[in-house]
Amino acid sequence: MANNAITLVEAVTQALAYELNADPDTVVLGEDVGVNGGVFRATAGLQQRFGKDRVMDTPLAESMIAGASIGMAAQGLKPIAEIQFMGFIFPAVDQMITHAARMRNRTRGRLTCPMVMRAPFGGGIHAPEHHSESTEALLAHIPGLRVVIPSSPTLAYGLLLAAIRDPDPVIFLEPKRIYRLVKQEVPDNGEALPLDVCFQLREGTDITLVTWGASTHETLKVANTLAKQGVSAEVIDVATIKPLDMNTILQSVEKTGRCVIVHEACRSFGVGAEIAAQIAEKALTSLMAPVKRVTGYDTVMPYFKLEKHYLPSEAQILAGVQEVLEYA
Amino acid sequence: MQREQVASFSISHLRFLDEHGNTTQDLPEFAKDPDTLLYLYRTMSLTRAADAKAVNLQRTGRMGTYPSSLGQEAISVAIGHAMRKEDVFCPYYREQGTMLQRGVKIEDIFNYWGGDERGSNFGDGTSEDFPISVPIASQCLHATGVATAFKLRKQPRVAVVSCGDGATSEGDFYEAINLAGAWNLPVVFVVNNNKWAISVPLSEQTAAQTIAQKAIAAGFDGEQVDGNDVIAMHHTLEQAIENARQGGGPTLIEALTYRMCDHTTADDASRYRPREEVDEHRKKCPLVRLYNYLLNQGLWDKEKENALQAECAEKVQAAVDAYLNTENQPLTSMVDYLYETWPASLADQRDALLQEQQALEEKGEAVHG
Ligand SMILES: Cc1ncc(C[n+]2csc(CCOP(=O)(O)OP(=O)(O)O)c2C)c(N)n1
Ligand SMILES: [Mg+2]
Repeated sequence: MANNAITLVEAVTQALAYELNADPDTVVLGEDVGVNGGVFRATAGLQQRFGKDRVMDTPLAESMIAGASIGMAAQGLKPIAEIQFMGFIFPAVDQMITHAARMRNRTRGRLTCPMVMRAPFGGGIHAPEHHSESTEALLAHIPGLRVVIPSSPTLAYGLLLAAIRDPDPVIFLEPKRIYRLVKQEVPDNGEALPLDVCFQLREGTDITLVTWGASTHETLKVANTLAKQGVSAEVIDVATIKPLDMNTILQSVEKTGRCVIVHEACRSFGVGAEIAAQIAEKALTSLMAPVKRVTGYDTVMPYFKLEKHYLPSEAQILAGVQEVLEYA
Repeated sequence: MQREQVASFSISHLRFLDEHGNTTQDLPEFAKDPDTLLYLYRTMSLTRAADAKAVNLQRTGRMGTYPSSLGQEAISVAIGHAMRKEDVFCPYYREQGTMLQRGVKIEDIFNYWGGDERGSNFGDGTSEDFPISVPIASQCLHATGVATAFKLRKQPRVAVVSCGDGATSEGDFYEAINLAGAWNLPVVFVVNNNKWAISVPLSEQTAAQTIAQKAIAAGFDGEQVDGNDVIAMHHTLEQAIENARQGGGPTLIEALTYRMCDHTTADDASRYRPREEVDEHRKKCPLVRLYNYLLNQGLWDKEKENALQAECAEKVQAAVDAYLNTENQPLTSMVDYLYETWPASLADQRDALLQEQQALEEKGEAVHG
């Protein structure tokens, strides 16, 4: 491994620093993002480097963070707001649904909302209640928003830059379980990666595994295990949850004829359901087996003593894959 | 140009014991009863001992992230003592001292922060108190709803809710005090002003000179109290709670204190606040202050202190044993409390959990890890 390799959370910091430097209209705001550098260190050092006017500690109020960002964005600033944990995003969602997502449409393009709302999300770090949930489907349901989830340092850097530069509001969810799991060399060249497309993490011919966020790691491990058994799995990281790039997924499913969707969020009415519905609508005749979802349960995220039994495990993913492969 | 003054307000500050434990004015009647003061001191000591153990359990990998109440014991213990059993408490996460007086067991608190939902099923099952509310300030609104129920049913009961200084920036806080004022509700708001909200100092949280004055905007009284002086806290709380019980409406109490610890065990406060500031506030410790007063009054001595510490250690150890020996919840506990009856259409998910549970038991594996 190269010695200047960085983690996912460091890639977030690197992207923020790059754009704060490159674009004077960008500002970072949120609870504890300044002096403290964020409770996960995602904004470490940024206030020192760019000053208090560009990297702002806000009072403790999420609706304010969202609503004030909307005002700044309408004035041509590019606010990058942090919500400390996704579990506390809900007061902000009011502003995101009622204003951020529809300002362009409401004013027929006169006012726009080029803001980013970042939040760490997901389970697996033994955190207290409300610190471990995955509610991306709620956000993806809102017309006018983009919802983006990186699964690696490289994707975090490139997708966050794209999110900041996007002319519309983007919710950028960071899978904190893998904030420091792997390091990659991520050149600080300011090159964005495309939004609204899936990323193929592994090519295969026998089955398509669709996932995003932290679950990409278990899914890739399962693909490795399958390879040893002579099964060639294609792994697709959705990356932009909304709008969904179904073309990439459909092309893969048309090739493999089998599909398993893996997500940490609870099962019903989730992003997996949307993907499965579109496969049914557009590629039914290519399927050799029903689409399978391996997901969290339809329960609230249990407190951490039971959380590992809530999160989809490698064994559960593998079992789901076997079921789909063995379908007559 | 002439402008008429149509309203004017002031905020007062109350204290009886200075930081050395000397009285600054005549004590209120209740404080002349040694038993009451000794009770408060003992409860504060137990709270601190349990709290220190929780931090220790976290440091040794036997508990999750934990928010210590170090330095804030006078506030929470005074709340617990001033409330009647039939009142309802809506706590924030640093009110261990109140909870312990309201039937919550030390091991309940350990279980909660140890990642086990049963920690909120506290007391003997008769408690109507709310569980800890993690989303900041949200509990302030619950207290107004509880108080509305008391009012509608003409019950002489009071809702007490607490939060931190940072919490008073949230919409939920303002919405709650506004409703409490507009409906003249029997509710008391206690703000633990410990000067910091994680890394954000009060001076960046608000431009208001006091937090107590936020009540003025909501149309009722706000009072500032030395939150490290348990006598001042108890006096103020008792008056506010009784006033609410008599139909006199809400009060906001701003308790001035200091967070003598990191925000939680996951935090490192040295990143954002100077050591000297913490040291300065250590001198104002609520326990030391009362200890000195009791000592000066001849109500306490070293021997009694040693005996008390031993007694606290014993109680805490019993709670640790109970906590560490708590049997795991079955995996189906995830679904069994979500609805009164788990929906038939989701039966397959419960079955899957049951199967996983059985597989684990066959392998002889612990359910959690
Ligand atoms: C709605 C919401 N936003 C953010 C958080 C994360 N958070 C937990 S405690 C805290 C600071 C609270 O400060 P304060 O109200 O002063 O209470 P203190 O911890 O100082 O006692 C924050 C931001 C949360 N729990 N809920
Ligand atoms: Mg505080």
